[in-house]
Amino acid sequence: MTDDEVKRVYFNFNSAEPIYLQVAQQIEEAIFTGSYHEGAQVPSTTEISRDFHINPATVLKGMNRLVEAGLIVKKRGIGMFVAEGAHAVIVDRRRKAFYQDKVIQLIKEAKGLQISEGELVDLIKRGF
Amino acid sequence: MGIEVKNIKKRFGKHEVLRGINLEFVPGKIYGLLGRNGAGKSTLLNIIAARIFPTAGTVTLDGKTVCDDDSALEQIYLMSERNLYPEGERLKKLLKTTELLYGSFDYTYANKLAAEFSLDLNQKFGKLSTGYRSIFKLIVALCVPARYVFLDEPDLGLDANHRELFYRELMENYAQTHRTFIVSTHLIGEFANLLERVFIIKNGQILVAGEVEDVLAKAYLIAGPKEDVCKYSAGLNVIGHESLGNIYGNYVFGGVDDERHLPDTVSLEHLDLQKLFINLTNEKGEK
Repeated sequence: MTDDEVKRVYFNFNSAEPIYLQVAQQIEEAIFTGSYHEGAQVPSTTEISRDFHINPATVLKGMNRLVEAGLIVKKRGIGMFVAEGAHAVIVDRRRKAFYQDKVIQLIKEAKGLQISEGELVDLIKRGF
Repeated sequence: MGIEVKNIKKRFGKHEVLRGINLEFVPGKIYGLLGRNGAGKSTLLNIIAARIFPTAGTVTLDGKTVCDDDSALEQIYLMSERNLYPEGERLKKLLKTTELLYGSFDYTYANKLAAEFSLDLNQKFGKLSTGYRSIFKLIVALCVPARYVFLDEPDLGLDANHRELFYRELMENYAQTHRTFIVSTHLIGEFANLLERVFIIKNGQILVAGEVEDVLAKAYLIAGPKEDVCKYSAGLNVIGHESLGNIYGNYVFGGVDDERHLPDTVSLEHLDLQKLFINLTNEKGEK
């Protein structure tokens, strides 16, 4: 998430992020949570297109993003599979983004609620 | 290659319905043709399918003029929102008639679809509800061998469950045949993700044409305190606005200036296709 996205949002009742990015994010999330483990086949472009009513060209663009990122691999004539090491790649990337994406936003929200640094640390300890 | 519509004009008496339409449908894509009631969508579709003649302009398929070439005309199917079938005719008989006109017809597929939509093909067309008339016409459209299928308000009267089923079948059919579909609909929110390219028609002219993704990439909502929003939007193509107390939102089409500093108080968001459409086609005074 960039600085812009942390800014307050008005009027936006449903995200209008490009659909191909949403497709890529959903599959990445499924790999991250273990719904698709390494080596497992991911749904085909046609299946996703049919079940979620998305143009197959859009789905393919999202899939290609994951191929480029090394998260899934194409096996010609068979389908798409979760790449070996994909989970570690996602974890590594998300760890790097954790401070920017989550911590800064948490502190901003805490400040707005007049929660002090000490109180926030206590809350984190309680939640752990 | 594909269908080329060149400088189509259509006048009914004093009323100029189409004012120089130029567009192209290339093979194997799904297009949306969007416009408000009276924008000229159905007239344009009827001209492409050679059901009515234009006042000026040409429609060609792979270079051949559609209205005087039967082989070209066979490749085009228009499912229209009007009911052209005789009320007393049984549905099965109507499928036979379609086969005669288009050379072949996929009865196995038609029976499968009829079963899925719980439509009894022994019924007479006149006995069908609005929704089932649409369903029957959709089944015909999916089962004819035409390479270019135009669907004019295919969702008319369909309940939410039948619309879901229709979207599924449409995508399944598209995946297998890779035909060209052109959909004209008012349900923009539901169709947006199915479309690859879009044409927005307003007052008989094409207002927007392009890949849905590229079009949406140029559409923004700039929102925040009025003063900051107006300062940030200065010089941009503002197509509409909205306000909620002190919070003000400008709809912008045509991109924003990346060099311009975005204040902390202002949010910049992309629009969805329906929101963009509404703002582009609103008449003065409409909110």
